[in-house]
Amino acid sequence: MLEYILAKYNYWIYIVLMMIGLYAMMGKRNLVKKLIGMNIFQTSIILFFVSRGVKKGGATVPILMGDGHGHGEQLIQVADYLNPLPHVLMLTAIVVSIATTGVALATLILIYKRYHTLEEDEIMAIRKEASAYKTLGT
Amino acid sequence: MTDQLPALIIIAPLLGAFLTPVIGWRYRHLCRPWALMVLAVPVYASIASLLRVVKNGAFGYNLAGWAPPWGIEYRIDHLSALMLVLIAVIGLLATINAKAGISLKMRGKEPHFYTLLLLQITGLMGIVITGDLFNIFVFLEISSLSGYGLIAHGEDGAPMATFNYIIIGTIGASFYLLGVGYLYMATGSLNIADLATILPGLYHSKMILVGFAFFTTGVAIKMGLFPLHIWMPDAYTCAPDPASSLIAPLMTKVAAYLLIRIMFTLFQPDFAISIVPVATVLGWMAVIAIIVGGIKALAQTDIKRMVTYIMVAEVGYIVLGISVMNRAGLTGAILHIINDACMIFCLFLVIGAISYKGHGREIYHFQNLNKKMPYTMAAFVIVALSVCGIPPTCGFFSKWYLILGTIASKQWFFTITLLGSSLVNAVLFFRIIEKAYLAPLDSGAHGNDHSDEVIVRDEAPISMLIPIMITATAIIVLGLFSGKIIAAVIQHAVPAIF
Repeated sequence: MLEYILAKYNYWIYIVLMMIGLYAMMGKRNLVKKLIGMNIFQTSIILFFVSRGVKKGGATVPILMGDGHGHGEQLIQVADYLNPLPHVLMLTAIVVSIATTGVALATLILIYKRYHTLEEDEIMAIRKEASAYKTLGT
Repeated sequence: MTDQLPALIIIAPLLGAFLTPVIGWRYRHLCRPWALMVLAVPVYASIASLLRVVKNGAFGYNLAGWAPPWGIEYRIDHLSALMLVLIAVIGLLATINAKAGISLKMRGKEPHFYTLLLLQITGLMGIVITGDLFNIFVFLEISSLSGYGLIAHGEDGAPMATFNYIIIGTIGASFYLLGVGYLYMATGSLNIADLATILPGLYHSKMILVGFAFFTTGVAIKMGLFPLHIWMPDAYTCAPDPASSLIAPLMTKVAAYLLIRIMFTLFQPDFAISIVPVATVLGWMAVIAIIVGGIKALAQTDIKRMVTYIMVAEVGYIVLGISVMNRAGLTGAILHIINDACMIFCLFLVIGAISYKGHGREIYHFQNLNKKMPYTMAAFVIVALSVCGIPPTCGFFSKWYLILGTIASKQWFFTITLLGSSLVNAVLFFRIIEKAYLAPLDSGAHGNDHSDEVIVRDEAPISMLIPIMITATAIIVLGLFSGKIIAAVIQHAVPAIF
């Protein structure tokens, strides 16, 4: 069993991180903690992709040897090189996740300015009170 | 020049979005003409693409000249060409409509608004046009992020609704990304056409099954399919009117397009029937969505919130049409994507016009509104008839095909749900129409001199009336010509094995 877990440890780490993120998003009542949960969730997926590109046994970055004009190039053995594509994809995904975090933080500032708290329960209570006043007024 | 049209569809609004803040820096009033000018390019390009597809069939465009399995390919077939025209035209009309709403509630934020609007349209059109799975993720996030920004500008509860939408929307996009990851692990390809040829040999692999599950869940979150719709009513109700009229009709429909793409182009239709019974599960979820959406809509008195629950039910219609897995059902689903986008768009435009004129959104505020805003209310009646499914409006025809689809697959309970839902819609809208047209002038005045008080006509400004009138006309025209649309475009979008 332990061997089974250790042999594919990168997947186990990604799943555990993902569950931590999901728990924080659903279980926590503080909005900043929810946001951090979202970040952990996204990072776990990045880890999953990146770990897919890795090869064991001394594989390196794919650089084409030779003078660049079709002379002296060696035949490329796929096993000798890492797969760069998942890494490149994840560069884009990191940018996306930063943008999402930025928008979420800006929204949190808006929320804080309006309610002076970031606890979901307190915000709910404030909004309930406000809507009760509104119906009393009309 | 015509060869570059697919690239122009994306590049024009994207570059336009980046230049909008620069222009708005000094000349704020120029933002709107600029946005209209920029959007004219994709409208022209997408209509030209649709005509080309109808004439010559699907075509591709290699971005930067890289050949398909390695480079990113833009692929325009019948379905995506139709969606492109829909998004471009609704985007243009929403921009025309936005002027009055912004001047009322978002004064001074024109550059912000038009930048986000152009980015939103870029993202939506990118999802539809691209033939690369990872590129779809990027465009999905472009459109979602600009959507968050637009919604956060809204009324009282908007920041909270936006934050919930961000959290749930990010989970959806991440699930989609994981699906891409699993498919890439199994095949080593990201191109949809390439994957479609590799995948059939791997259908029994667990990796493919997990990838498919992540795809469907992620797209269902973005689409607002019951029970994953919880972000939708709050977000679209709180969004400012000019923004919700753009996001609400398009975002859910583009996600529905993505579901059709995944189930029928990326995978063979057979996969969702015999290997995993996704179609059955989706069908029952759609039925629950229609029932719950209808009941929740009946419980609302705020008309904007009511429309968002109607949207929950409408998403149910589309998924129901997909899930019955036959020609009539899928034709109905695709037709309903087009029709429903027009109907929801028109409803949000009418709501925007009404609240611009200072009337409330509660049902009792609609009293005698037909005398104050006759044209707007006439458009509202046309949409109401269409949502209920009364010919010759377009809502009737898509519902007709959906019902034919459920009958062909012998799912009688689905048929009953569709018919019953039409009745619910009739109740929903006729209680408002009754209030607007048939309610007595002033219930408090018992023959006093109040009764001859003249109600002043106070119609919405022309920049709002034009989109409303065009959309209301389109609802009837789409209905009258639905046979032609199916013959020319939609029947080619349905996979040949049905």
